[in-house]
Amino acid sequence: MSVSSVSQDIASHLGSAPEISAAYFVAGLLGTVTFLTVMALILIYAERKVAAHFQCRLGPMRVGWHGLLQSVADALKLILKEDIVPYSADKFLHALAPVFAVVAMLLSLIAIPTSSRLALSDSNIGVLYISAVSGLGVLGILLGGWSSNNKWSLLGAMRAGAQIISYELSATLSVLVVIMLSGSLKLSAIIHSQEAGWWIWRAPGVGLLAFLLFIVSSTAEINRTPFDLAEGESELTAGFHTEYSGMRFAFFFLAEYLNLFVVSALGATLFLGGWMPFHIGNFSGFNAAMDLIPEFIWFMGKTAFLIFLSMWFRWTFPRLRVDQLMKLEWKVLMPIGFINLLLAAMMTLFGFYFFATT
Amino acid sequence: MVTVEIKTKISSLDERINAMALQGESPLGTQEYFVNMGPQHPSTHGVLRLVLKLDGETVREIIPVLGYIHRGMEKKAETLGYRQQVHLTDRLDYLCSVMNNWVVSAVVEKAAKIEINDRIQTIRTIFAELQRVQSHLLWWGVFGMDLGAFTPFLYGFRDREKITKIFEETIGARLTMNYIQPGGLMYDIHPDFVKDVKAMISYMKPMFKEYDELVSGNIIIQERLKNVGILDAQSAVALGASGPVLRASGVAHDLRKIKPYGVYEKVDFSIPIGTVGDCWDRYSVRMLEMRESLKIIEQLIDSIPEGKHLTMKPGAKIRPPAGIYYEQMETARGIFGVFLHSDGSEKPSRVHYRTPNFHNLWCLTKIAPGGRIGDLVSIISSLDVVVPDIDR
Amino acid sequence: MTTPPNDSTQSSAPQSTPADELKAIFLTCLLDSLIALDSGVKVREDSSLMSVKISESALLKVMTLLKQDSRFDFDQLQFHTVLDWPEEQRMECLYLLNSTKKSQELLISVSVSREKPQLPSVSKLWAIAEWQEREVYDMFGITYENHPDLRRIFLDDDWQGFPLRKDYQDEFMLRKPW
Repeated sequence: MSVSSVSQDIASHLGSAPEISAAYFVAGLLGTVTFLTVMALILIYAERKVAAHFQCRLGPMRVGWHGLLQSVADALKLILKEDIVPYSADKFLHALAPVFAVVAMLLSLIAIPTSSRLALSDSNIGVLYISAVSGLGVLGILLGGWSSNNKWSLLGAMRAGAQIISYELSATLSVLVVIMLSGSLKLSAIIHSQEAGWWIWRAPGVGLLAFLLFIVSSTAEINRTPFDLAEGESELTAGFHTEYSGMRFAFFFLAEYLNLFVVSALGATLFLGGWMPFHIGNFSGFNAAMDLIPEFIWFMGKTAFLIFLSMWFRWTFPRLRVDQLMKLEWKVLMPIGFINLLLAAMMTLFGFYFFATT
Repeated sequence: MVTVEIKTKISSLDERINAMALQGESPLGTQEYFVNMGPQHPSTHGVLRLVLKLDGETVREIIPVLGYIHRGMEKKAETLGYRQQVHLTDRLDYLCSVMNNWVVSAVVEKAAKIEINDRIQTIRTIFAELQRVQSHLLWWGVFGMDLGAFTPFLYGFRDREKITKIFEETIGARLTMNYIQPGGLMYDIHPDFVKDVKAMISYMKPMFKEYDELVSGNIIIQERLKNVGILDAQSAVALGASGPVLRASGVAHDLRKIKPYGVYEKVDFSIPIGTVGDCWDRYSVRMLEMRESLKIIEQLIDSIPEGKHLTMKPGAKIRPPAGIYYEQMETARGIFGVFLHSDGSEKPSRVHYRTPNFHNLWCLTKIAPGGRIGDLVSIISSLDVVVPDIDR
Repeated sequence: MTTPPNDSTQSSAPQSTPADELKAIFLTCLLDSLIALDSGVKVREDSSLMSVKISESALLKVMTLLKQDSRFDFDQLQFHTVLDWPEEQRMECLYLLNSTKKSQELLISVSVSREKPQLPSVSKLWAIAEWQEREVYDMFGITYENHPDLRRIFLDDDWQGFPLRKDYQDEFMLRKPW
């Protein structure tokens, strides 16, 4: 999906002249970037606090109330820091790589609807678009690792390449289950299909399994522990971003946390009903009370839960070894994913799930 | 300057690497390459440098390059008096400084025939065992971190702090203790010592369960450690391994049992040994050793005999008769020995340290080839190397 | 023949225990075997360890016997180091052998000339000797025949001189900062 089609999309929503739509486009883009940067800062703060409390310590406490401004201070430091480029690096690609990583994440966020009214672009191929665009992120990592002209970086980049491409498969297989059940690639349609119940429990067993597969493979895709082999600080010093410093390092860092947000938001959208409030059957009183909570809060809450889950993994598990990582994907997750997909196909065919509409 | 006419070929590191580049061929026909791991690398625990010959992710060969923290300890020792030797040994294996102090004190006592009383022996034993637990706790934390889990590191440090507090109370130092000296101890124990040690033991015992839940029971940890870096009993002995590394290979060789020193004869404890000799065995041997050490302390802490903490006049000159003396003890990492040659003067004419890490590290070059980089990291960590102890 | 000084630190009274007797028998057996190989074998008197002096030429034979003979079973080389005797123009190489099975220790001492010190390498017998001999070469300049990889271990490849020799001096040592 190109930029123009996004702007056309917005224009069609607003139904006004092209120059106004262009202004809206720029405003929207700036707004998104600001929102996401703030998001990333909050996530970094949250990660540090969560980690600290897992580890019986307090975490940042000095800058602002309970260290709230710590990540702002860190960002400021990284911006002001000297940017060191290795002498024998490929200068152009070295500069391009972090941009790639961030832009891929920004693009994929466009398609995620945060509430029934707030969606930048509700494309009818939303899921396909996200999986295509977020795959670009690996290009940034590969370029960064290769252009640094450092063997550790290259090793990290190769690991990341192999890992992300492998785990993309089982992530897609688990997403396909939801697509099949809801019968649409459009994210808002997927959310609407969960009105009666979230897919995680509505399709007995299959939905939960697909969700677990998605969690595991998406954790691997965004290079977080236990799958952080690409960085693997005890093995590869810092992996693909060994030779990055200052602002460019900050970009990789930003991309990592945006990635976490995107993946969690997608998980929440596909399996946990997105912005859909939690409803229980015919308890109309309870359902009405749930409806009072704004949709945006529902969406962010679900996303935050998944993010917390990911942080929980990170601060509990050790890292897998590179061959175990590949074995897990190709010998365990992918066969399970295929079987799950077959089961889901049969369920869809016979309408064998709760609140079947057909 | 003495120049030696060289008959045999003396090579250099470059020549060694070049020779290695030529030999061997990748089974897959891929290009092998060399990478320097260290001297600044997060998991080489200081300034150890390993030149790795890699085939993709697989380690083909390792050349350890030592000497980045070589301080000429043995030369320095020749210029110091016998009483001053203690302070150098703190800086060898800084995580076992009390035990190192003890060995050098014991060899000087043996040389100068200094008698020491039971109180000193008991306190020395208690401190050595406290230090063993402390050292293993740090190792446990770092081990977790090397495997990619950061949380155990802080758990290890949190509990290590309890023991460090006890050290600080009596000794005043937290790392380089300088506590045991020829003829006794630097200071008598703190009045609260017994109470604090008991509190520490009752705190530590339930903690082992937490460690097992967090790390030992984790499937990823077990997968990464089992059948990795196997060191069989025969080669462990031949390679000169000692301490937990040797015992994990199934050789029940512990100087505390074989040649008891201190008051180890009086206490009841067992030596955990492994069966396979892989990283997992080295891990579990150390985990069990911590429990055994607590058992030893528990038996001794209530019955510290009365007596003086120093049997000779502080500052008295020590002049052992000419001869060679050797004393060795089991530190947290293996056998630490001090070899002393006296010419009858106030300073030793030669001191040699037989350090456990120098010998344990040598195992690495034999067991790591064939594994992945990730395996190499877990093997280095399971050998528990402290680099200043290797380089001296 | 004399037995070496008593090994224990605490008991100053020389009492003969069964362990001591066993040790004496072991030593006798050992000395007999060594004398068969090298007529110059002597017990080193001033040592806290059981220790014997042998001649340079018999070193490899003696070491092979001690390693491979099941009566002795010295399966570990604890350390290998050198004492420098500049006034006698010799260096005394010490090997501490250890038997994990029999819990015995034996110090072997060999004298080499200070001018052209050369010894056969024992790294075939104990793998660890490879590093220990490199260390000794680094510090004392003793070269080893048939050593697989003889080079400096701690110091730089281009270092001049051998620091642990008694007459070693360099600029750094002469400059006193105080």
